[in-house]
Amino acid sequence: MLPQVDPMLPTLYQIEKVTKETEDTFTLALNPAQTDGLPPFQPGQFNMLYIYGVGEVPISISGDPAIPRTLVHTTRAVGTVTRAMKQLKKDQQIGIRGPYGSHWPVTEAIGDDIVLVAGGIGLAPLRPALYQVLAMRERFGKVVLLYGTRTPEDILFKKELENWRKRFDLEVYVTVDRATGNWYGNVGVVPSLIPKAPFDPHQTTAMICGPEVMMRFTVHALQNRGMATQNIYVSMERNMKCAIGLCGHCQLGPTFICKDGPVYRFDVIERLFDKREL
Amino acid sequence: MCSEKGKGEAMFTIDVSAFDDLLSAIKAKGYALLGPTIRDRVVVYDQISGSKDLPIGWSDRQEGGTYRLNKRKDQAFFGYSVGPQTWKKFLYPDHLKLWEAHSDGSRIEIEPATPESRRYALIGIRPCELAALAIHDRIFLEGPYLDPHYQALRADTFLLAVNCTEPGGTCFCHSMGSGPAVKQGFDLALTEIVENDDHYFLVNPGSDRGAEILQEVVYHEATAEETARAEKALSDAEYRMGRYMDIDNIRELLYRNLEHPYWEEIAKRCLNCANCTLVCPTCFCSTVEDSTDLSGASASRTRMWDSCFTSQFSYIHGGSVRQSAMARYRQWITHKLASWQDQFGTSGCVGCGRCITWCPVGIDITEAVWALRESEGETRREKTQLTGV
Ligand SMILES: Cc1cc2nc3c(=O)[nH]c(=O)nc-3n(C[C@H](O)[C@H](O)[C@H](O)COP(=O)(O)OP(=O)(O)OC[C@H]3O[C@@H](n4cnc5c(N)ncnc54)[C@H](O)[C@@H]3O)c2cc1C
Ligand code: SF4
Ligand code: SF4
Ligand code: FES
Repeated sequence: MLPQVDPMLPTLYQIEKVTKETEDTFTLALNPAQTDGLPPFQPGQFNMLYIYGVGEVPISISGDPAIPRTLVHTTRAVGTVTRAMKQLKKDQQIGIRGPYGSHWPVTEAIGDDIVLVAGGIGLAPLRPALYQVLAMRERFGKVVLLYGTRTPEDILFKKELENWRKRFDLEVYVTVDRATGNWYGNVGVVPSLIPKAPFDPHQTTAMICGPEVMMRFTVHALQNRGMATQNIYVSMERNMKCAIGLCGHCQLGPTFICKDGPVYRFDVIERLFDKREL
Repeated sequence: MCSEKGKGEAMFTIDVSAFDDLLSAIKAKGYALLGPTIRDRVVVYDQISGSKDLPIGWSDRQEGGTYRLNKRKDQAFFGYSVGPQTWKKFLYPDHLKLWEAHSDGSRIEIEPATPESRRYALIGIRPCELAALAIHDRIFLEGPYLDPHYQALRADTFLLAVNCTEPGGTCFCHSMGSGPAVKQGFDLALTEIVENDDHYFLVNPGSDRGAEILQEVVYHEATAEETARAEKALSDAEYRMGRYMDIDNIRELLYRNLEHPYWEEIAKRCLNCANCTLVCPTCFCSTVEDSTDLSGASASRTRMWDSCFTSQFSYIHGGSVRQSAMARYRQWITHKLASWQDQFGTSGCVGCGRCITWCPVGIDITEAVWALRESEGETRREKTQLTGV
C-alpha cells in the first residue's frame, strides 16, 4: 500500500522553460514549485498534468531520467486541455500527479541491440529510453532509432536528432509521409525502414510508440525480420481519468493501461491488439 | 473482545417485537441507520428511524424491464427483493468534490477535501449486496492506490444483513454463489419467518460487535424447529429465483467469443442508456469534472459515476475507441463476467438482477450467456440441474 496521501491530489510545478518544437507541439520543463517533487520516473512512464480550471490529461515524460527533479513533457495541442497548456508561459504553475505506469525495458535489454521506432509524437515517450541507453552506451550492441512524421515540419527535437545522427554509435533514420520544402531524406512510412535497419533480429529489443496502425505494421515488419514478439514492446493509449486503476476508463481487455501499461510486451496483448473497438 | 455466544455457529431467535430494540441498540452505539423504504412506488435506501419506515407488507414483482410493488397478505418486514438503488450511493457517492484550487493567475494553491468519516448501519443489506460490498472493498482499499474517501465512509460500517427468502423474478445470486443466504462479512444476519401467526427472526451473529448488540435485546436460543424452518425457507429460495446462469468456465466463454454475431443482435435493441451500469452494485467507473467560478479565482474537481455505455467514456483524440453499441455492450458484459476475474480475482456480477429489471428493453445478462453457450452447441440446462435442488 502506498502512503496515505490522497492519490488524486496534484503536486504543484512551475514552468522553467517553454520550447516550441513544431507548429502544434511544445515542450515544458518544470520544477517543483514548493518542497519536494514527485518520485523519480522510469523511461516510458507518464504523468497526469492539470491545467488550472481546465482539466487533466495523461502526458508521457520526455526528459532524462538521470535528472528526475526537472520534469520534461512534450505535448501536441489537439483539444481543450492541451491547447490551454500551449498558452502557458514561464513561471506559471501546473499540477502534476505521477509518475504512473510500466516502463521501457532498458536495463532488461542490456546486451541486446536496441531498436526504437517512433511515429509522430511517439518520439517523446521514447526519448527517455534513448537517454538511458546512451548513458550506458557500451552495454548495448547496435542502437537504432527509426522515426517517422507526416511532413519535415513535424519533426520533433530537430537539433538533438542532428546531434544523434552525428554519433558513430547510433543509427538514426528519419522518414516523412510527404516531402515538403528541401527535404532530401526518406519518404514513406516508418515500417518501410525496418528491412534495411542494421540489427540482429535474434538479439534485439524493440520499443515502439506511435499510432496503433503504425505499431501494427511495425510489429509485422519486425516479425518478418525474424524477431520474436516477446522482444517487442509497444506503448498503448486509452482515455484516462485517474491513472491509478480506479476509474475504469483505460481498460484494454483484462488490463488497465494506467497500471499494467502503457508499455506492454507485445505477446501479452497480441490477442487484444487486432480486435475492433475493444 | 470475546463474546459469550461465539460467532457463526449458534443460532438465536428474536420476536418481531424485538426488531426495533435491535435498531435502537445499534443507534445507541452511534451508527446512522440506513435501510429500505418506499418512495415513488419503489424500494429505495435512505435514512430510517425504525421498522415503521420499512416497506412492511410489501413485495415486488420483477421481470425484464418491469418492476411493480404489490401488497402482501402478511406483514413481513423484508418480503421484497432489491430495488433500483444500491448501498454504493452512501459509500461511493455519485458526486464527490475531490479538491478545490485557487489561483491569482500564476500561483496555484490546492486544498484537498478532507475525507468525511461516517458510521453507517446498513439495515437489511442482502447477501448479493454484501458480496458487492466486498468487491468494492477490494477495488478501493486493496491498492496499489486506495480511495481515501471510500476508506473514511467505510471505516466503521455496521452490517445487519437479511437473508433472502423472497427472491425476485430477475435474481440469480445462487448461480453466482453470493446468496440467498449470507456466508461472511456481516455483523448480524437475520432470516425472517412469517408463517400463520408466527413472526420472528433467526439471528446469526457474524462478529463480536454483532453479538454484543444481540445481548441488548430479548432473544432465545433457536429451537430445532425454528432453525429447520429458516433452512427450508432459504433452500426453497434457491429454487424460486427467476433467473439462472451457468458460470462454468465463463471467463473463457466470453474471451473466445469477442467476435460473435450475437453482440450485433443485442446492439440492435440496446439504447445505450447506461441504466444497467447505474443500478449495478459493483459498477465503479467514474469520471472527473473540472470547473471554475465566474471570476476564475477558484476551481474544483468533482468525481462522478460514469458508464462504459457513453461515447465519451472511451474518447481519445480523433474519436471514441468504442463507437458502436455492440462494442459497449461487449465491454460491459465481458468486464462483469470475465476480465473482472483477472483484475480483482472475483466475478464482477453478484446476480442481483437489477440490470435486467431496469433495462428499458429487458436485455438480460443471463440470456446473453445462454445464447453464447447455445451457439457453441451446449443445451440450456434446467434450473434444477444447476442448483442441485
Ligand atoms: C499514457 C499516455 C501518454 C500520453 N503521452 C502523450 C504525450 O507525451 N504527448 C502528447 O501530446 N499526448 C500524449 N498523450 C495523449 C494526450 O493525453 C491527449 O492528446 C490529451 O488527453 C488530449 O486532451 P485534450 O483535452 O487536449 O483533447 P480533447 O480532444 O478536448 O479531449 C477531451 C478529453 O478526452 C480525453 N482524451 C482525449 N484524447 C486522449 C488521448 N489520446 N489519450 C487519453 N485521453 C484522451 C482527455 O480526458 C481529454 O481531456 C498520451 C496519452 C496517454 C494515455
Ligand atoms: S451485472 Fe446485473 S445482475 Fe450482475 S451485479 Fe450488476 S446489476 Fe446485478
Ligand atoms: S443493456 Fe439495457 S440498461 Fe444497459 S445500456 Fe443497454 S438498454 Fe440501457
Ligand atoms: S485511468 Fe483510471 S483506471 Fe486507468
